[in-house]
Amino acid sequence: MKYADEFRDKELATGLARAIRAKADPGRAYRFMEFCGGHTHAIARYGLEDMLPDNVRMIHGPGCPVCVLPAGRIDMAIALAERPEVILCVYGDLMRVPGSRGSSLMKAKARGADIRMVYSTLDAIALAEQNSGREVVFFAIGFETTTPPTAVMIRAAEKKQLSNFTVFCNHVLTPPAMRAILDSDTPIEIDGFVGPAHVSTVIGTEPYAPFARNDGKPVVIAGFEPLDMMQAILMLIEQVNDGRHEVENQYRRAVTGSGNRRAIQEVAEIFELRDQFEWRGLGSIPASALKLRPAFAHLDAELRFAMSERVVADNPACECPAILRGLKKPVDCKLFGTACTPETPIGSCMVSSEGACAAHWTYGRFRDHQRRLAS
Amino acid sequence: MCLAIPAEVIKLLPDDMAIVSIDGVSKEVSVALIEEIAVGDYVILHVGHALARIDPEEARETLDLLRQMGAATAEV
Ligand code: SF4
Repeated sequence: MKYADEFRDKELATGLARAIRAKADPGRAYRFMEFCGGHTHAIARYGLEDMLPDNVRMIHGPGCPVCVLPAGRIDMAIALAERPEVILCVYGDLMRVPGSRGSSLMKAKARGADIRMVYSTLDAIALAEQNSGREVVFFAIGFETTTPPTAVMIRAAEKKQLSNFTVFCNHVLTPPAMRAILDSDTPIEIDGFVGPAHVSTVIGTEPYAPFARNDGKPVVIAGFEPLDMMQAILMLIEQVNDGRHEVENQYRRAVTGSGNRRAIQEVAEIFELRDQFEWRGLGSIPASALKLRPAFAHLDAELRFAMSERVVADNPACECPAILRGLKKPVDCKLFGTACTPETPIGSCMVSSEGACAAHWTYGRFRDHQRRLAS
Repeated sequence: MCLAIPAEVIKLLPDDMAIVSIDGVSKEVSVALIEEIAVGDYVILHVGHALARIDPEEARETLDLLRQMGAATAEV
C-alpha cells in the first residue's frame, strides 16, 4: 500500500533503533505516553518495545474511544435498541463493549433488538431512507477523527429532510483527556506524549501547544506506521536531552499546524461542548465531549427518545481505569487472559483491537512467554 | 476505531463522492471534507470519508530523513 509499506521498512527500522540507542542517555529514564489506541496497536503489532533500549518505555494512554466509553452509555444504547420502532446503527467495534452486568449490544441483538453494523455514516443515512416507517438512530462515537464524518451525515440528513433519523452523540475530545491525566490526583511520570495522528489531520498540531508550553511536556504528533512511531520516539528523546518542550510534527505528510479547516468548521457549526461527560476509567471530565447544537435538536436521539443518563460502576476487579491512566499494564490485571479475553471481555480495554489489553493479548503475550523461557 | 488508511482517488462523482482505490480494491467514499480534491490525489480514509490529503513531497522528505537518521549511526 503506497504511503504505508515504505514506512514499515525493516532496514530503516533497524537504523532508527540504532539511532535511538545512540541518543538515549543510559543514565536516565524516558517514559512516553502514546495517547492513541492506534499507536498502542502499532507498538504491539510490530514489536516496537523490543527495539527500544530498556530505559525507554512506552505507557499506553486512553486514546481509544471504545475503551473510554462508560458502561452507562452502552446501557442507554441497549435500552434504545430494544424499542420496537428503532434500528440502531453502530460501528462494529462497539458490539462487544460490556455494559452493566455483562450486557452488550451483541447480546441485545441476539435477543431480537434491531442493531445494524455500519462501515460508514453514509450507510446509516441509506438505512433511514430505506426504512421510512422506522426510527433509525446512529450511535456516534469517536474522537476528533470520527466527528467530521458524523457532521457530514447530519448535513446529509438535513438536506434529505429525513424525519426518521437521529444521532446518539458520544463524541469526545482528546485535549481534555490529556489534561485530566496530567492533573489527576495520582499523576504519572511522563516525559512526553506521542500525539494522535489522525485526530491531528482534523484539528492540527496547535491544540497540543499548552501541554508543551505550560506543562513542560514535549509532544510529537506521529503517524501510525512503525517507522513513524520510531522517528517520533527519537524526536522525543532529542527534546528531552536538549531540555526542550515543544509540539513537533512527525506526520507532516498528512498533518498541518491548523488542521483541516473545512472539517473544523463543519464540526463547530453542528456541535457544542457538553458541560461534563463521564469517561470509563477517567471519571467525569468537564468540557470533554460534544452534543448537537439547539439548531439540530430535532436530530438528537437523547431528546427525541427522552433518554435518561445512566451511570454504572465498572467491575471492581478490572484494572482498565489504572491502565488508561498509564499506572498499570494489562498483565497487572488478575483477570487478564483468565476471566477476560477478547471472546469474553470484562473491561473495554479488551474489546477494541486498539485497547491496551487486546493489543497485549494478540501480540504481546507470546513475547512475554519467550522472555520467560529465555531467562 | 480511529484507524485510517491511505487511498488513491481514481474518479470523482457527484454530491462530493469519489471512487478510491486501496491497493487495487475500489470503494465509494465521501470527499466532502477535502477542498479541491483531484483524481490522482492520495487521501487518508476513515469510516468512509477522506479526512486529509497526503502531501507526496512531505512523504518523500520524511523518508529521506529516516534514511539519514539510521545511516548516521551506522557509521559510528
Ligand atoms: S484484562 Fe480485562 S478486566 Fe483486566 S484490565 Fe484488561 S480489560 Fe479490564
